[in-house]
Amino acid sequence: MNRRVLRRVFSNFMVGLMIGAVIVALIPLFFILLNLVLKGAGSISLDFFTKTPAPAGETGGGVAHALVGTLIIVGTACLIGLPIGIGAGIYCAEYPSSRLTWVTRFVADVLNGTPSIVVGVFAWTWIVARQKHFSALAGSVALALLMIPMVLRTTEEMIKLVPNSLREAALALGYPRWRTSLSVVIRTTLPGIMTGALLAIARVAGETAPLLFTALGSQYLSFNLNQPMAALPLTVFNYATGPYEEWHQYAWAAALVLILVVFVLSLGARLAIRNRFSLNG
Amino acid sequence: MTAVKEAEPTRSAPPVSLERANYGDRIFKFVLTLAAVLIPIMLAFLVYELWTGSKLAIDRFGLSFVTSSTWDPVAEEFGAFPLMFGTLLSSLIALLIAVPLSLGVAIYLTEFAPKVVRQPVAFLIGLLAAIPSVVYGLWGIFVLIPALRTTAFPFLRKALGFLPFFQGPIYGPSMLAAGIILAIMIMPYIMSVSREVLLAVPNTQREAALALGATRWEAVTSAVVPYARSGLIGAIILGLGRALGETMAVTMVIGNRHEIAASLFAPGYTMAAAIANEFSEAVGDLHLSALAYVAFLLFVVTVVVNAGARLLIWRVARGSGAGSSAL
Repeated sequence: MNRRVLRRVFSNFMVGLMIGAVIVALIPLFFILLNLVLKGAGSISLDFFTKTPAPAGETGGGVAHALVGTLIIVGTACLIGLPIGIGAGIYCAEYPSSRLTWVTRFVADVLNGTPSIVVGVFAWTWIVARQKHFSALAGSVALALLMIPMVLRTTEEMIKLVPNSLREAALALGYPRWRTSLSVVIRTTLPGIMTGALLAIARVAGETAPLLFTALGSQYLSFNLNQPMAALPLTVFNYATGPYEEWHQYAWAAALVLILVVFVLSLGARLAIRNRFSLNG
Repeated sequence: MTAVKEAEPTRSAPPVSLERANYGDRIFKFVLTLAAVLIPIMLAFLVYELWTGSKLAIDRFGLSFVTSSTWDPVAEEFGAFPLMFGTLLSSLIALLIAVPLSLGVAIYLTEFAPKVVRQPVAFLIGLLAAIPSVVYGLWGIFVLIPALRTTAFPFLRKALGFLPFFQGPIYGPSMLAAGIILAIMIMPYIMSVSREVLLAVPNTQREAALALGATRWEAVTSAVVPYARSGLIGAIILGLGRALGETMAVTMVIGNRHEIAASLFAPGYTMAAAIANEFSEAVGDLHLSALAYVAFLLFVVTVVVNAGARLLIWRVARGSGAGSSAL
């Protein structure tokens, strides 16, 4: 009897420990978000979004150059990465027994696990070293490379969810293979594919390392893909590690904006997925 | 005999001719194959570029690059041993902290938590994974390090100062701080993959243990965890893989010093942090090539670690897609 009670008490004790683990795990999340809001919200103003940086050491100015830069760099990355990722994802889903599918999936996994800084080095040797100058385009290419495996996987999984009966019905009605894929399968899964793309964009928008020596960052507003360009995560990094107190405050505000963008994109995407298909529950 | 009127052809487009249909199919497949084939080509190109970029340094230093500790851009002597040591040590510290926490949360969420709590908590921990690395770094510099420097580090030095790990001056930026931030960053990944692996364990295992009189905790340790063991190890190695490659948060809190020290309070360096800091300002082709060599080594290490992890996960949760969402 005694032994059984002891075992039960021990079991409850371990459950208590695990609840403690959950609390400890959630504490950093709470503190990071709290600090972001407390320290960053104060510097957010209309100027913050519309002005470019003031000379170092002076107050005023904003991070408009970084916002525009992130939009351009991530946008270009989408133009490069989404077609390739979605196209390859469709291929892997529609021709699953092909050897190329196996190879592509394996390679996508490898790319997924590659540190983003290594991808940045690759973009540097490919583009920056050959052109002999930094450019936003090189940064976009690096981000596209990071995006492709993520988009490939979500696209493939979404298409696989479509029941074969739908395909068979279309084929039975006389649709050629390509029309089946485009009009029937993809139209059904388009929301899911877009959601996957949004998730990848959210991930990639927060990446700093691959931009460090490709897009390099800049203090000025620029629309030129062939020149260095600012980006929001780069600005957070430069301001956080800089010597001026004003810069530190702006780093917090920029980080708050960055995290809002990333969260809104990710959460919006996940909510949309959950309503349509239940993936992992 | 009544003539049977043939049904009207349906509005959905019948192929005008067989050749037309084939044309469409072929173009479609061609475009998709092009997209798919670009990906292995890209990877091959990446490996090739990393290799040629490091050729200068490989020819000059060969394997002694991995064992030497001098990093002198002026004298053009480069050795990556402190970088590799720092990468491994910071990841090890991160694992020591993150693994018990992640496994505890994963087991709690799969086995014990009331159903209402499971999704929200998993979602919140997933938020941790969505926070960009540079934001972790920012928080690390201005919140975590000052807090550690004033409370945790002096406490550790007082309590465990007899160990060489906790001796020496406390600056703030340190190997231990990097390990702690890495732990926070990899914890959601280990937790979510572990959770998927545990969910893949058939319920019969749990029921059998409970039927034999085990307490709920004993059912977990005796029936569920052993079944899922290789998958859980795979999840841990996956976390290791992420920790090895983490750049921004580490470089903002580790102190960035090419040194090996016994004390965890001392600054250090990792491979990724060194590349991030020195690449844009590298002096000379040999310096750049040395950094590319470091990138190449980092690439090889993470590929091997990730491949091992996926193999282990696949053995437990094959076909259930476990691990795919974590990456």
